[in-house]
Order: sequence, then C-alpha cells, then structure tokens
Amino acid sequence: MTDQPSTLAIVVFFLFVGATLGLSFFLGRQAKSSKGYFAAHGQIPWFVNGIAFAGDYLSAASFLGICGMIAFYGYDGFLYSIGYLAGWIVALFVVAEPMKRLGKFTFADALDARFGSRGIRLAAGISTLAVSIFYLIPQMVGAGALVRPLLGFPHYVGVLLVGVTVILIVVTAGMVSTTWVQFLKGSLLVVFSAVLVVLIIDRGFEVEPQTAHRFMSLGPFSKTNVAAELEGQSELQDQKILPAKGVWQDQPFLRTRDEASGRITVWSREPVGDSKVMLHEAQMITKRQDGQVLIAGLPKGTGPGEATLYPVGRVSRLPDNKTKTGPLGPLSFFSTLENSEIILWRKKKLTDAEQSTTIYFQQPTPGSQVLRPGEHPRFKGIRSDDPLAKIEFLSLMLALFCGTASLPHILIRYYTVKDVSAARKSTIVGIASIGFFYILTLYLGLGAMTSGALDVTDSNMAAPLLAKSMSQWLFAVISAIAFTTVLGTVSGLILASAGAVSHDLISSFRTRPLDDATQVRVAKIASCVVGAIAIALGIVFQQMNVSYLVGWAFSVAASANLPALVMLLFWKGVTRQGIIAGVLVGMVSSLAWILLSGDTFEKVYGLDASAALVPFSQPGIVTIPLGFATLVIVSLLTRPKTKVA
Amino acid sequence: MERQHSRLGFFLFSIYLILYGGFVLINAFRPDWMQVQPLGGVNLAILYGFGLILVAFVLALIYGIFSRDEPPEERA
Repeated sequence: MTDQPSTLAIVVFFLFVGATLGLSFFLGRQAKSSKGYFAAHGQIPWFVNGIAFAGDYLSAASFLGICGMIAFYGYDGFLYSIGYLAGWIVALFVVAEPMKRLGKFTFADALDARFGSRGIRLAAGISTLAVSIFYLIPQMVGAGALVRPLLGFPHYVGVLLVGVTVILIVVTAGMVSTTWVQFLKGSLLVVFSAVLVVLIIDRGFEVEPQTAHRFMSLGPFSKTNVAAELEGQSELQDQKILPAKGVWQDQPFLRTRDEASGRITVWSREPVGDSKVMLHEAQMITKRQDGQVLIAGLPKGTGPGEATLYPVGRVSRLPDNKTKTGPLGPLSFFSTLENSEIILWRKKKLTDAEQSTTIYFQQPTPGSQVLRPGEHPRFKGIRSDDPLAKIEFLSLMLALFCGTASLPHILIRYYTVKDVSAARKSTIVGIASIGFFYILTLYLGLGAMTSGALDVTDSNMAAPLLAKSMSQWLFAVISAIAFTTVLGTVSGLILASAGAVSHDLISSFRTRPLDDATQVRVAKIASCVVGAIAIALGIVFQQMNVSYLVGWAFSVAASANLPALVMLLFWKGVTRQGIIAGVLVGMVSSLAWILLSGDTFEKVYGLDASAALVPFSQPGIVTIPLGFATLVIVSLLTRPKTKVA
Repeated sequence: MERQHSRLGFFLFSIYLILYGGFVLINAFRPDWMQVQPLGGVNLAILYGFGLILVAFVLALIYGIFSRDEPPEERA
C-alpha cells in the first residue's frame, strides 16, 4: 500500500536502533566470562529483570500480530492476549523458584540437576534449539512487515537488517546488554502503547474519519437488470461494465472501467431482499504470472496512471445515528462500539493461468459481533457444532497456558538474578507489566479497526498504522520501538540457542566441559549460524500472521519441555530415560503434527487443507498429554530394581 | 515454612486454573454467553477477559506478599 517512507520516521528509527546498538556494545564489554555472557553474572536487579521479561515476551507477535488480528476480526485476537498472560501464572507458581534453585545457565541445567546425564543435556539442548528457531520465524516475519512501510524496503531487506543487527548484538555482547536493552524496550513499549490508548479513547469514534477514502455504494438495483440500471448512474459516467468472463463468471462481483484512465473499479454485490441488489465499492490487487502487480487494473505506484490501495477501516453507524462520539471512557469505548456497525474487510482470491486477483470487499458487521469471540476463521469453529473445531480451540488455549513457562528465552532469564526470591519478584513485575499491556491490546486493535488507516493486505501493520493516523511522530516512535522489540526478542532467542549449543549439546559429547573462553567462543559461532537460519525462514514465511506462528512455538515448547519440568519437580519416580523420552516424544510429535496439519498444507506447501493428515491444526491437546504419558511410562519401565536410599 | 509456601502457591494456582478453565470452556461450548452484557453495556467476553488479567496480577501480589516472610535465602 502506502510505501513512501517519511524522513522523520527514518531519522527516529535509526536514532533508536543506533542507541540500542551503542548501549549494547557498551554494556557488552563487561561480559567476558561464560557466567557473564550467559547469565549477566546473576547480578541483574529484580525489577529490571521483571520489565526485561516484558521486553522479551511482548514480541512482534504480541504487538503486531495480536493488534492486527483484533483490527481485522475483533475480539478473537484478544484470546491470544489472555492465553499468553495465563502462562505466566504457571511460570510464577510452578517454574520460577525451582528453575532458579536448580540451574546455572540453561534449561538443560535444571532438568539435569538430579541425574548428571549427557542424554538429558542432549535432548533438552535439541528441544531448546527447535523451539527457539520456531519462535524466531514470527519475529523475523514481523521485522520484515515493519520495515516495508517505514523505510520503504521490501520484506527481505527488513529480515536481513534484523538478522544482521541481532547477530552483531549477540556476538559482541551477551546477557548483560540484552537484559538492559530489553528493560528499556519493555518500558518504552508499555508507556507508548498506553499513550496511544489514551489518544484512541479521547478521539472516540467518527463515522467518516478524515483519512479514509470515501467508498461508494450504489443501488438498490433490481437483481435481473443490474447492468442496464447501472449505465444510467451519474457516478459512473464514462465507465464501462466489463463482462464477467473466465474466473469472474458467477462471482458476486462486478467490474467497471473508467474509459479515460483505464482504472477498473470492482464492486461487490449485496442482495437486499429477494429482488434487489446493492453494489459496494471494493478493491483489487492482481499479481501477474510475470511478476507485475496491478492495483485496480493499473500498475502499482503513486505516479500518474498508477494506483495504490486505499487505507480502510471505519465505523459505518454509531448509536443514535450520531456522526461523532467525542471523548469516551475506558468502558463506554466498548459499550458504544457494541451498538455501532463497523465495516470489516474480507478477501476472495480468483486465480487463472495468467494471473491471480485478490478482491478485498466491505462487510458491514454489527459491533456486538465484533466484540464477541468466534469471528476469525480460526475461531469460527466454536460457534459451530463441529466437535473437532472445539477441540482445536481448547488445544490452542492449553498450549498458550502451558507454553510460556517452557520458552527457553524466558527460562534463561531466571539465571540473571541473584536468588530465588528475586526470581519470584521479577516474575510478579513481569505479570504486572505484561498484563497491563495485554489489556491495552484490545483498545489498540479496535482503535486500528476504526482508524481509517488499515492496510487491507497486511494485518501485521495495524498498530503502527494506527499510530500514523494520530501523528507522524507517534508512527516513527512506535515503529522504532516495535522494531527494537523484535531485535531484543530475537537476541534473547539466539542467546538461548547459543547457550544450548555450547553449554548443552557440545558438552554432552565430551567427557570434560569446554573451558570458559571456548564455551563463549562456540556460543558466538552458534549465534551466527542460528541467526542465518532465522533470516532464511523469516523470508520463506512472509505471508503468515505472526501471532499464529507464535501459537505453534508455544505448542512445541509446551509439549517438549513442560512435562519434564513439572514431573521432575513433583514426582520422585522420574528416571533419566523417562525425561529423555518425554522431551523427545513431545517435541517430535508436536512438530510432526504441525507439519502435517491443514494450516501448513494450505499456507506453506500451497496444498489443499483438506488433504492434511491430522484432524485439526493445533497439536497441544494431544501432544502435551502424550509428553507426560511417555515420561511416566518410560520412568516406570526403567525404575531402578534395587531401592536406592 | 517452605511447605506452607508451596501450599499457598498451589492454592492460588488452582484458583486461577479454575477461572481460566471456565473462560475457555464457556467460549468453546456456550459461546453465546459471552455476548450477554452484565455491566454497563460491556459484554461478558471483555469483562471476563480483563478480569482474568487483573486476577492474575492480584494472585501474584498475594503470593509475593506472603512469601516475603521467608528467611532471606537458603544457600544451596
């Protein structure tokens, strides 16, 4: 859509990123030993660590993905907010204190504390790597999505930019600087989101926001005679109706072409009663086989004879037929919306041999429907009678609940504080700041939905574009924060992977652990490799909504890590073999399930979703219990025969 | 002391688990309940959702306050 960068945005952006890098290098000089590199010497104050949790956790997925999903579908995105926060309760009450008590640098340390087994190290190291890489994908995708409208670069440049910057941060610095950078970003993100929310509530709703293109509606026409009646419309002077040939046959769309400019307008038909039909202006984007992109039949661009998509998102009717509400309160914001009507945008793709055309059309939706769960295709199932769809929903909510406390980059943060009570306190600070932010997401998403600034093609951009509808400054600042948030989360993940490689994987193959300096060196090399993999995957997965991808990462983390962690803490009968089997089975089964699921078939392989080999897409509800069961059964089978005192 | 501490943790955890479970199950099996507006024209989906986040914070605070009585730190 609107890809022109603004100078202000670019300046603020590079100031931010530059300051982050500078800070990171400055602090990184202190981290020469492995304890410094991986665990910041265990000297981070608990409050700082708590906000850093928020910095780590409120990733691109939370900020961009959830806001985008709410902006396009309403309440459903907020279900992710609720699930993500719920996971912290598991982290606080179950995982935080034992993790700190048992471990040193990595998740594998804690699992391995009782047994001293190389097998456990290997298994836990591999699962850390798998989860980290899975979690890295959405971060990289988010980075690409951000850079495009901000700096005008294509997606892959954004991904490369993040990848290279993060590798620089991680290689030169370590946990000390990562933590402080996270602390800064976490606080900035929460503060500026709060500012944005205050502005949204204060702006209220308006039926025709200034920024929006005025989309036309024509009719009603009689169903059988649309073409003839349309010819007479004054709005359509010099326009010619295009015949509905090829893929356009029997579609609920109609196209008219302006003779002078060649611009094609697509209209969606809405039946009114039995015999009448209304036409609503829609938008279309055509991708030709040769790679050319056409908007409304014209080349994409802002010059003469070119066209861009219009920004969308508005309230079409307010309660009592007002045109403007003025400032609202935090609750009347919802009650007003509840009685309004909002224009959501849906899409339909028509493909033939030469080109594929995506039509984005208006769908007026009552506010009460926007504010209830079940509007997004992913959650629609909860309103049907299909038991599989309901199980899929339960499965996702279970994975979100169990996943947080199993994420490697969150777990390593427990080693940066000095003792158990600091671990607990920092988790509480984390819950407070993260919870506050998640409450804001609902306002941000709904604010974006009605801002008149949305890009129909890219849900991930909803939050930054909302800021843009307020002011260029806010847009620049919010985008820069979002981008540095991606940087921070990615560096945390890469650090967790590097720790897993140098501390767990390598030492599981050697009799003696690596010496300190070598361990740090290996970790830095591993960072580069993982970073490169993340860059590649971030480019491949460009099209997916980032919060959805994160849902997968949570499923894998919860299935592989949580059973081992929980059983180790609460059951004396756990054996070495049981832990290894539980971790491996949980990881492999959840990964396999995802790779064979309908969503992956459709969005990654480009196949038909119904050809998928598993009945629903979210693995958690099957694979988390499977991980537990495997662990228990194998432990029982391998129980030592003689009682050990 | 340690046992009492972990028992408190377990108790608070159970409260949250019930509330979260209730939310998820209502959404899955009685989605229409989420549309009722018990308070000020705001529907249950939003109130329950905000409630879950606030309760998480309150439980965390309770846990934090009652844990402070522990001896500073046992050196393992």
